[in-house]
Amino acid sequence: MEIPYTVTARPETGLFNAKAGIWLFLASEVMLFGALFTTYILLRIGAPEWPHGELDIPLATLNTAVLITSSITMVMSWASLMMKDFKKYRIYMGATFLLGVVFLVIKAFEYGHHFGIGELPNKSTFLGIYFTMTGLHGLHVVGGMIVNAYFWGPGSKMWKTQPERFTNRVEVAGLYWHFVDLVWIFLFPVLYLL
Amino acid sequence: MSTNNTTPVSVAAAPHVDYHHHEEPSFWRKYVFSPDHKVIGIQYGLTALFFLFFGFTLMMIMRWQLAYPEKAIPALQFVIPIAVIGLILLFLSKFKPSITMLMGFVFLGMAALVSYLTSGEERMPGGVMLPEFYNQLGAMHGTIMVFLGVVPLAVGAFGNYIMPLQIGAPDMAFPKLNMTSYWVYFIGGVTMLASFFVPGGAANSGWTSYAPLSVIATTGQTLWLIGMVFLITSSLLGSVNFIVTIIQLRAKGLTFMRLPFFVWAQFVTSFLLLLAFPPLEAAGVLQLMDRIAGTSFFMPAGLVVSGQQLPYTGGGSPLLWQHLFWFLAHPEVYVLILPALGIVAEIIANNSRKPLWGYKSLVFAVIFLGFMSFIVWAHHMFLTGMGTAISAFFQTTTMIISIPSVIILSVLFISLYGASLRFNTPMLFALAFLPMFGIGGLTGLPLGLAASDIPLHDTYYVIGHFHYVVAPGTIFGLFAGIYYWFPKFTGKAMNEKLGKIHFWGSFVCMNFIFFPMLIQGLAGVSRRLYDGGQQYAHAQGVLHLNEVTSVAAWVMALFQIVFIINLFLTLRKKEKVGDNYWEATTLEWSATTSPPLAHGNFATVPEVYRGPYEYSVPGHSKDYTPQNELVKA
Repeated sequence: MEIPYTVTARPETGLFNAKAGIWLFLASEVMLFGALFTTYILLRIGAPEWPHGELDIPLATLNTAVLITSSITMVMSWASLMMKDFKKYRIYMGATFLLGVVFLVIKAFEYGHHFGIGELPNKSTFLGIYFTMTGLHGLHVVGGMIVNAYFWGPGSKMWKTQPERFTNRVEVAGLYWHFVDLVWIFLFPVLYLL
Repeated sequence: MSTNNTTPVSVAAAPHVDYHHHEEPSFWRKYVFSPDHKVIGIQYGLTALFFLFFGFTLMMIMRWQLAYPEKAIPALQFVIPIAVIGLILLFLSKFKPSITMLMGFVFLGMAALVSYLTSGEERMPGGVMLPEFYNQLGAMHGTIMVFLGVVPLAVGAFGNYIMPLQIGAPDMAFPKLNMTSYWVYFIGGVTMLASFFVPGGAANSGWTSYAPLSVIATTGQTLWLIGMVFLITSSLLGSVNFIVTIIQLRAKGLTFMRLPFFVWAQFVTSFLLLLAFPPLEAAGVLQLMDRIAGTSFFMPAGLVVSGQQLPYTGGGSPLLWQHLFWFLAHPEVYVLILPALGIVAEIIANNSRKPLWGYKSLVFAVIFLGFMSFIVWAHHMFLTGMGTAISAFFQTTTMIISIPSVIILSVLFISLYGASLRFNTPMLFALAFLPMFGIGGLTGLPLGLAASDIPLHDTYYVIGHFHYVVAPGTIFGLFAGIYYWFPKFTGKAMNEKLGKIHFWGSFVCMNFIFFPMLIQGLAGVSRRLYDGGQQYAHAQGVLHLNEVTSVAAWVMALFQIVFIINLFLTLRKKEKVGDNYWEATTLEWSATTSPPLAHGNFATVPEVYRGPYEYSVPGHSKDYTPQNELVKA
């Protein structure tokens, strides 16, 4: 017996299974990062002083632009599949992946700079929470890039056999990627600007 | 490029998930890496029962130290019975590859592990337990029982096996994710067991791992944190799967208000797991950073331990750990109890041959309970000096959350009124659950009010209270479930006589174990004392109860052996029982064979016409009307 609603939506909910699943997963991710943001607030309230200007704002602004662009290309890749244009899908999905690489490279420069001048996580509470939050976010970016690379490469074979299901998969991967982007949009002002 | 490929025909004809092929799958695919929810449920069940027994054994070793402090432990008296169980199972299996044989080897392995733990200079020099080792046993008993025993059995095993059958689904929504979830849990369990073998032994900061002591504890704590990350990941995958399955895969006609209560309990439980566990994962990551990278999230400035200044910059807060921990761990209490309530509701409806009284209030109570459980966590922290305003808020919410609990218990009690009860083994366990959970709940009220909590905090009273909820409460519910659904799992019914010996033995022993703890706690005996309170003048009057509790615990272990033997003797039975052994109304009994079909559960897709508990409907030919039966007017 087939499992129902893997491809088409269940009428009452309007969702196919994986889409319901990813929204629930993202709800739990909100709780994960929510706990970290709460930690940040509590530590900062309890601190006698909080450092400013230790982080590189221009680089982080560039990174924000990179990640937002990658969200756009991600939507475009899904939209290309909806319009049955597989070649365009490959281009946009490839671009999403490469923008992820650019984000991580810039982040690596930032980390390298801090490590170079001896700013390690154990030097202050601020650096601790900075490295923990951006590090965990970085891991989420890596996870998303692995998924995107799979759907760009070997996973895209499904387009030939089950195009609707493949489009659904890309949509779900996209929802995750936008969430990772959204987390950064919160991290950037909280850590760099405020 | 492939526009002509998008016709619905090609979609339907496309190869689907592997197990839909109807050829016989390989041994590995069928028994080890199976995506079938029934196989996964049994894997979860056996693994969780192993951990329950092992966690109980750790406690039995601790109870020796508490009853007879400073005396050498007769290690063989603990090792030999476990080894004998292993040998009996091997003998029963006639050394042919089977579950019985596997479990025989598992018990022999457990015997070896216990003999390792009860010897060694760094744990028990000359057979006398070191305080450091007592702390390891305490921390690991709690961790194993909660995260590796009860929750995987209640949710992983029963939820996985029964829930899809009750909603008429061919499998879980994501079968491969389900399989992954089990194996991630398995790795988490192995990590926890492995932590006994690292220098300094296992985690020793209690199952709560309070900072700052946990941050400066031995390597075992790092493994504990890594193990917890695996367990949290497993429960995350599982809970997403459960919720999607319940929302998306209900059979035609099975509206939410026609769901069996067990499914409702699993539904709410999954939401608690989904939303409460991530903050503990965050806390675990922060504690790992403190331990490995030397940050000070949970470390205040200027900490001095054993005359040495610790190399932490400070600025962190130990209270932060407690908040993040209890934000998970209070909903976790409801994760422990709700599935058992679901099981008990099924069994009471079935054996009272009446519809549950007030099904709707039951459902709304459990939903309300789920919401409230997120805003009561700080009642575990009255003693930390959070301030009276915060205490007042949390004691108010705590009093409010007792209302749905009382509604649930009242519904189950009133359902018994006027019924002609069938006293079979599952029903006995379910009936015993009610007063035991009642004692557990009522003894919790003084702990929820700040004024009365302050003298009772961290005493044996607390231990007595939550064990009444979880041991003769939840675990009785789980035993009831095993006896009730065993005919569905295997097509064979468990022995009633052995079942009743198991029940009465456990019931009496449970009360001799936990009631003395309430008395000791009221007398002021603190928990986590490795000498059981010998050094405290005020404890002298109640110290003799330590021996009562310990002996009751050891006797109870003997009755669990009866259960294990019963389980595997039943597997050997030749005669099969019918598909609907208990004459029940819910889909798992009325629409499937026993055991259900390996591929897709149902021979034909069931359709539902009525609510879950239509027993003794006037005018019907028999005293139960299955949910999928169309009765002509």
